[in-house]
Amino acid sequence: MNFRGKNGSAPATPVAGPSVAPGGRLLDVEDLHVEFRTRDGVAKVLNGVSYHLDAGETLAVLGESGSGKSVTAQTVMGILDVPPGAITGGQIRFKGQDMLTMTEEQRRLIRGDGIAMVFQDALSALNPVFTVGFQIAEQFRVRRGMSRKDSTARAIELLDQVKIPNPARRVKEYPHQFSGGMRQRVMIAMSLALDPEVLIADEPTTALDVTVQAQIMDLLKEIQRERQMGMILITHDLGVVADVADRIAVMYAGRIVEQAEVHDLYANPCHPYTIALLESIPRVDLKGQKLVSISGLPPNLINTPGGCAFHPRCRMARDECLTRTPPLLELAPGRLSACLFAEKLHHSEEVVSGG
Amino acid sequence: MGRYVLRRLLQMIPVFLGTTFLIYYLVNAVPGDPLAGKCGERPCPPAFIAKYRAEYNLDDNVFVQYVKYLGNLLHGDFGQTLSGRPITDIITTAYPTTLKLATVAIAIEILVGITAGVLTGLGRGGFIDNLVLVSTLLLIALPVFVVGFLLQFFVNIKLGIGSPTVSSGAPISELLIPGFVLASASLAYATRITRTSTVGNKGADYVRTATAKGLPRRRVVGIHLLRNSLIPVVTFIGTDFGGLMGGAIVTEGIFNINGIGREVYRAIVTKEVVTVVGLVVVLVLVYLLANLVVDVLYAALDPRIRYE
Ligand SMILES: Nc1ncnc2c1ncn2[C@@H]1O[C@H](COP(=O)(O)OP(=O)(O)OP(=O)(O)O)[C@@H](O)[C@H]1O
Ligand SMILES: [Mg+2]
Repeated sequence: MNFRGKNGSAPATPVAGPSVAPGGRLLDVEDLHVEFRTRDGVAKVLNGVSYHLDAGETLAVLGESGSGKSVTAQTVMGILDVPPGAITGGQIRFKGQDMLTMTEEQRRLIRGDGIAMVFQDALSALNPVFTVGFQIAEQFRVRRGMSRKDSTARAIELLDQVKIPNPARRVKEYPHQFSGGMRQRVMIAMSLALDPEVLIADEPTTALDVTVQAQIMDLLKEIQRERQMGMILITHDLGVVADVADRIAVMYAGRIVEQAEVHDLYANPCHPYTIALLESIPRVDLKGQKLVSISGLPPNLINTPGGCAFHPRCRMARDECLTRTPPLLELAPGRLSACLFAEKLHHSEEVVSGG
Repeated sequence: MGRYVLRRLLQMIPVFLGTTFLIYYLVNAVPGDPLAGKCGERPCPPAFIAKYRAEYNLDDNVFVQYVKYLGNLLHGDFGQTLSGRPITDIITTAYPTTLKLATVAIAIEILVGITAGVLTGLGRGGFIDNLVLVSTLLLIALPVFVVGFLLQFFVNIKLGIGSPTVSSGAPISELLIPGFVLASASLAYATRITRTSTVGNKGADYVRTATAKGLPRRRVVGIHLLRNSLIPVVTFIGTDFGGLMGGAIVTEGIFNINGIGREVYRAIVTKEVVTVVGLVVVLVLVYLLANLVVDVLYAALDPRIRYE
């Protein structure tokens, strides 16, 4: 424990640790296991998640509801509800430092400064009883020891950067006085305050109108490029990722089942689940056709089926899928898939039907 | 906001008229002769009765009586007791004492209730949590006079701390135990309300956001969580202030405090109608004002509430 200043403010210097060259490794998640111990039993929510993020790139994490996208992000941020949650294995390294073994205080100093997060629903994620200016500026006051006046000035600058009109006036308003899109901009401004190296955006547009969704996505993309941040974009919407992400990681039942560069993934998905996901996107050129949804139910995480978790819903499933859990194998540099038939899918010319 | 307060003040007029009329009517309707025993063993002489009836307008019907009473009130004239003591005199000596007692009670409610509520709300189960739950249940279940006599007996008399009766100046130190007694049930409610809202809010998204911003835990709890959890309890305590003043009757009896409660009690026993009405009219005013303050405070605490 170190006590600095009368309000216990943190050091004015950014997070310690080696600085990262453009393209250098920022975040490494390795074989992460998380479970929730609830009344109904133990839900194994993350069963060996591995992904990494380099400076300046955007990784999209895809997967249907309940696949563990948010839990992974919360574990990385250190805001998992413990209990009922428990980390039962794996490593998270931020610029090489193991985050799971460091002290809570070191961990806290990385939050906001090294890794920041944009939440899905800005209305509930912002504190209703404080002005947006207060909520942005408090980071400068508490973490950087800045004066009230300077920190408010910085808050106004940030609101301006996320293109909120009339920031000097709006800084004094409360979250409920903003429209949904503007409120998400506030959320983004807040996450940028301490100039983080990694930004995790957890379904930043799901709560918004379709027209506003595109604007927010553009804003995130622009900010990510300008600041050369590493960004993890969590979404279940394959439609939006194509023009934002560099790489995609597909999650199913608490594991990464496929990882690839965006174009490779679209052109040649190497996991039956990804194929099914791609087929479920509504397509403009196929207007009028029935939307394909993935048949079957998401797995019950308390009683995960043996073998490959996807086998009950998989069109390609064979007997061996019931007993063998497919490892996440590298098919080509940067191309990973966890399917027993990944090689076959990789080399087959048969791409997504109609693709 | 200013317009809202003005409108609320105007709304208070019919409420004030309604409640005071009811009180006036009821106290007059209570059977019994106010003059009984006033003139020793004999019935009072007719001349005295006539003077009395004229002074209190007893020959008019109750509505006219009430209107005449109100007219006097508007001039600040609360009337006199049968023995000729101005009722404003009783009000100005008794109210400050009760106000002091109620303030001590409120302070205890805020300090003890909110602290215990937040602490137990943050922990999960555990000894302290159970202790607070059981003791608040006890305070809610026990009638005030039981709590009063118990504390008076054990703390004041057995342990010799403080004094079992409060001296005439009613110094704060002597009011601590009576204040606690007066606050006891509300204190228990305040603790439970705070505990419930803390439990409800600690898992809120904005608390998680505050943590994700890398704020120290004491700031997350002390600023972000607390500010939201206080909203319901502040409302409760504010509304309670008026209630405490009225509820002081029992506490003042136990500890022999010369406040409003005792005066009202004495006036009821001797059927001093005008005294009872006068004292209660002021109570109603305090109650209405306290409610207005609560509403204004509520808007200040929760910016989502807007009064137009
Ligand atoms: N606090 C919690 N207590 C118990 N179970 C939880 C908790 N948080 C998450 N879970 C469970 O963990 C699983 C994964 O949840 P998670 O929120 O990561 O899904 P997701 O992939 O983000 O889905 P969505 O797209 O709906 O946001 C779910 O089955 C969920 O029920
Ligand atoms: Mg989620």
